[in-house]
Order: sequence, then structure tokens, then C-alpha cells
Amino acid sequence: MTVTSASPQNTGLMRTLSVLRDVVSRPSGAIGLFLVVFHVVLALVSPWIVPYDYKAMNSAMMLTGPEATHWLGTDHLGRDVFTRVLLGGREALLVTGIATPIAVTWGGFVGILFGLIGGRIDEVLMRVVDAFLSLPWILKMLVLIVTFGTGIEVLIPTLAFFYGIPVIRIARAATHDVVARDFVSAARARGHSRMTIIRHELLPNVLDTLMVEGAMRWSWMLLAFSSLSFLGFGVSPPTPDWGLMIADARGFMSFAPWGVLGPVIAVSSLIIGINLTADALAKALGIDRAQKAPV
Amino acid sequence: MLAMLLRRLFLGLVTVWIVSMIIFAGVEMLPGDSCTAFLEREAKGKLLENCREAQGLNRPAAERYFDWATSAARGDLGISANGEKSIAELVGDRLGNSLLLAACSLALGVPLAIFLGVVTGLWRDRPVDLAVSTLAIFAMTIPEFVSATVLILVFSVWLGWLPGIVLTSASAPASEFFPEIILPVLVLTMVMTAHILRMVRSSVIEVMAGDYIQMATLKGVPYWRIVFWHALPNALLPAINVVALTIAWLLGGVVVIEVVFNYPGLGRMMIDAISDRDLPVVQAIALIVATVYVCVNLSADILTMFANPRLRTLHMRRG
Repeated sequence: MTVTSASPQNTGLMRTLSVLRDVVSRPSGAIGLFLVVFHVVLALVSPWIVPYDYKAMNSAMMLTGPEATHWLGTDHLGRDVFTRVLLGGREALLVTGIATPIAVTWGGFVGILFGLIGGRIDEVLMRVVDAFLSLPWILKMLVLIVTFGTGIEVLIPTLAFFYGIPVIRIARAATHDVVARDFVSAARARGHSRMTIIRHELLPNVLDTLMVEGAMRWSWMLLAFSSLSFLGFGVSPPTPDWGLMIADARGFMSFAPWGVLGPVIAVSSLIIGINLTADALAKALGIDRAQKAPV
Repeated sequence: MLAMLLRRLFLGLVTVWIVSMIIFAGVEMLPGDSCTAFLEREAKGKLLENCREAQGLNRPAAERYFDWATSAARGDLGISANGEKSIAELVGDRLGNSLLLAACSLALGVPLAIFLGVVTGLWRDRPVDLAVSTLAIFAMTIPEFVSATVLILVFSVWLGWLPGIVLTSASAPASEFFPEIILPVLVLTMVMTAHILRMVRSSVIEVMAGDYIQMATLKGVPYWRIVFWHALPNALLPAINVVALTIAWLLGGVVVIEVVFNYPGLGRMMIDAISDRDLPVVQAIALIVATVYVCVNLSADILTMFANPRLRTLHMRRG
């Protein structure tokens, strides 16, 4: 937590690089970042490298085991499992990749603003935040999803809204640590507007916390997204998705376990990768995450 | 002390009150009501009008909220939209089953987590710590439906040791859920143990680095006496809050596990109610779960307050 100096662009870039170097120098960070980059690159290029059409069914080869032509066998409709595993993270990464920045931005902004304003209105907001957090996540989401449909145009705003709420609390707490310091009082005394204070005094000081929070929210959002898919409330078939694939293949697990193993490894490695990266990032930025309970 | 306690209680009540308004408003904003869900295709004209009349749905929202909230506060949760059965009765069995699942997981997970947390905290960066901490990251990050699926595959399909699905009916006595309950309990235990143990570990590390521990060491107090007498009482305090959050999560957030194992708890009832648009049941479950969350967190705060001498005597030092 340092106050930004004269040339923010230049020092900002230098700092980003040094933080990145710190993350990669930790074994967990290196492995995590590798997994994340691997999955993102795969999601971008997979449509051009998959061996089969993901929706091409083949009634002659249903639930066949792994072989030279189908590395991970075929599913109950005779579709190539390897192809579907390669494509299965695209929807999840697209939805969470858009929803995470939105959630952190709006939650962060509201948290900083109310942390700065303080007083009665801040107390009231925190009770509302508590109230939202006390409801199970799946209930909140499902009510909206069942009503408005399961497309990504519903999933993105739903995830972005509900996952921004815990960010409010984090951003507010981080702001409280800063607001009492002299340079904020000085800015107030100089007569700067709230927006100016937020932009120049508060944001640079809580940005680290928000970055780490964003990385964590991303992994929780992926968890939520794939759980929703698994329950049948996420992407709709025949779009390949890991959660949905596991749900479909579970029934045939006793004689065709390769159908679940592929997506199981894929979704686990992505979420573990994000978590390891977030942990390493937190350590590199000097923010203690272990103290925080999962919300 | 008493003032602090009362303030906490008051804030908890306010939170529950806001939750009840959010729930009511949320359900209110949805298109359709329990009558359109109950009548389905015939939901038009006279029939719909009569149904709304009978259920009192055409009164103003504020009035209905007041009725719902006051009767819920008395423990009367109304009747479900389609079954004509009292919700309290429907929810009762499910809540009992959820409590059973939660109790088994807590009984297994909390001691295990505290033990592992203390061990890894004391032997920080040794092989034990690295192994357990790595496993913990796996346990807490892998989605529950994934670990559940893998456990079913291994213990039920391949080894055939444990049943992979719960077939007992919702109203059966607790004893009939064994051994079917073992696999869901294992999955939940894995996840919660990982969360609590990370918390305990970092807390133990922090406390062991404290001045008074160093002081005790310099005075020649035996190591294990330091650990059990001086360090652990302080190190385990923060665990109370995580355990509270875990309890809240166990009673409201384990929908996926209940679906995977076909376990008849509150979570599955919630999913079914949402799919059937049985709005009174959705409202009731949401209110129960949220109230449990607030109560559990409140108790944790109060417990921490009583257990922590520094907080207990705060007002004395302030004068």
C-alpha cells in the first residue's frame, strides 16, 4: 500500500511486471498461471484444432472406450468425448470472463463510495449486504434463471450482480483502512470532490485488494457456473460444457468412466489453477487471504 | 458488554427483517404467482380470479407482506401452493435430514480440521504441512459435484464398498440413512475441513510468532505447555467464526451434494420448489436458511466475545 508517485503509468507498468515476476517465482503461482493460460489459450484456439464435430452423433459407436481414433472414447450419443472436453470450457470462460470484471467493478465502486461516505447510510447498506449474503447463492441465482431463461445473456448479469455483493464488503473494509489516513484528510481539506478522492487517493490504495478479490471471485464464479450446468440450469445442450458433460456421463459411469474423467480433470485443473494464481498474487501483493472465510 | 450484546442482537434482527423483505420483493417481482403455477394452462379468467381470491393474492402487496411476516414470526409458514399441505410439516422432515447431514459432517470435520490445522501450523513448511496444505487446496477448490462423482466412482462403482445414492424416504428415521449417508458426509467433510484447517493453520502461525510466546519460551516453559496452554486458546478463537459460516453453509448451500446423492434435505426441496414455482415453499425455505445464517453468525460473535478476554474486558479498560 503505497501512495502513487509522480508518473503513475511508468511505475504502474514496472510494478505490474515485478508482481508478475513474484507470482511466477513461487511454485504454486507458476503452476497456477500455467494452468490458467493453458485453459484460456485452449478456449481460444480449440474450435480450429478439435478432431471432430462436437454435435456429430454416431449411433454405431455409443460409449466406446478410448482408442486411437477417439482418445477419450465416445459418449452416450456417440459423440467424441475428447472434442467435447477441449471445447467444454469456452462457455464457462466466456461467461465468467465477462461477469468477473463487472462484479469487481460495481462491487468495488459501491464499497469504496460507501466506505468514504460512512455514517448511517453506510450502516444501512451493510445490513442489506448481510441480508443478501445470508441467502444461499443457488437460490438467488435459480430464481432469476428459472424466470428469465438459461442463456448467457441471463447468466452474465446474474453472476455479475450477485458476485459483486461480497466485493462491496471487501472494498468497504479496505477503504476504511485508508480513509482515516492523512492524505485523504488533506485531499478533503483541499476541497476535492468525492469522485476525485476516490480516483486519486482511495482507488490506488485498494486496487491490490480488489485484484486478489477479483481472482477469487473468478474461481467461485466458475464453480457456480459449472454447478449450475451440472444441475441443468447452465448452458443448454448440445453446447459442450464440463458440468453438463459430467451430469450426462454420470449415469454410464459404471461401464464408461472415461466420459466423466475427462471433464472432471479439465474443470478441476482450471479452478485449481485460478486458485493457486490468486494465492500467489495475494502473497506477492502482501494481502492475507487465509484469514478470510468463504462467502 | 451487555450493550454490545444487545446491539448485536438488534442488528441480527434487522438483517432478518431486511432478508424477509428481499425475499418477499424478489418473489413478488417474478412473473406469475402460485395460482398461475397451480392452475397451469387453465390460469385465466374466472378460475384464476377465484384462486387468487381464495388465497388472498389480490390484496395489496404491503398487506400480504405484513400477514406473511407476522405469521412466519409465529412459526406458521403457510401452505404450499399445490399440495394444500402445511409448509411447516413439509419442511420439518427435510430440515431434520439436513441437520443430520450437517451434524455428521461437523462431528467428523471440525476435530479433524483443528487437529490438522494445528499440526500444519506448528510444522509450517515441513513435508506434513506441504502435503496437507496441497490436499486442502484440492479439496476446497474442486467443485463438489466433481469430488462427489469421483468418490462415487471409486467407492461405489469400482470398489463397491458404499452405496452411491440415497434411496431412503424423506420421513424415515435418522438411523435408516446409514450407510447411505456416508459418502455425502465424506464429500462435505472434505470441503469444510479444508476451509477450517487453512484458517486454523494461519491463526496458529500468527499466534506462535507473538511476543508472549517468545517470552514463555525464554522463561523456559516446556514447548507443549506453551502450545496447549498459551497458544491454542488464542489461536482457536477465529475458528469459531469459520465453523459458524460452515454450519450456515451446511444447512443452506449443499444443494449440489443433495442432488448428486439424491439426499432428501432442504436443498433438494428448494430446487424442486423453484422448478415447480411453488413460491410459498421457496419463501419459507429462504427465510429459514437466512435466519439460520444470521443466528449462527450471531452466536459465533457472542461466543468469541465471551471466550476472548481482551474483548470481554474492553469496557473496563475504556473506563
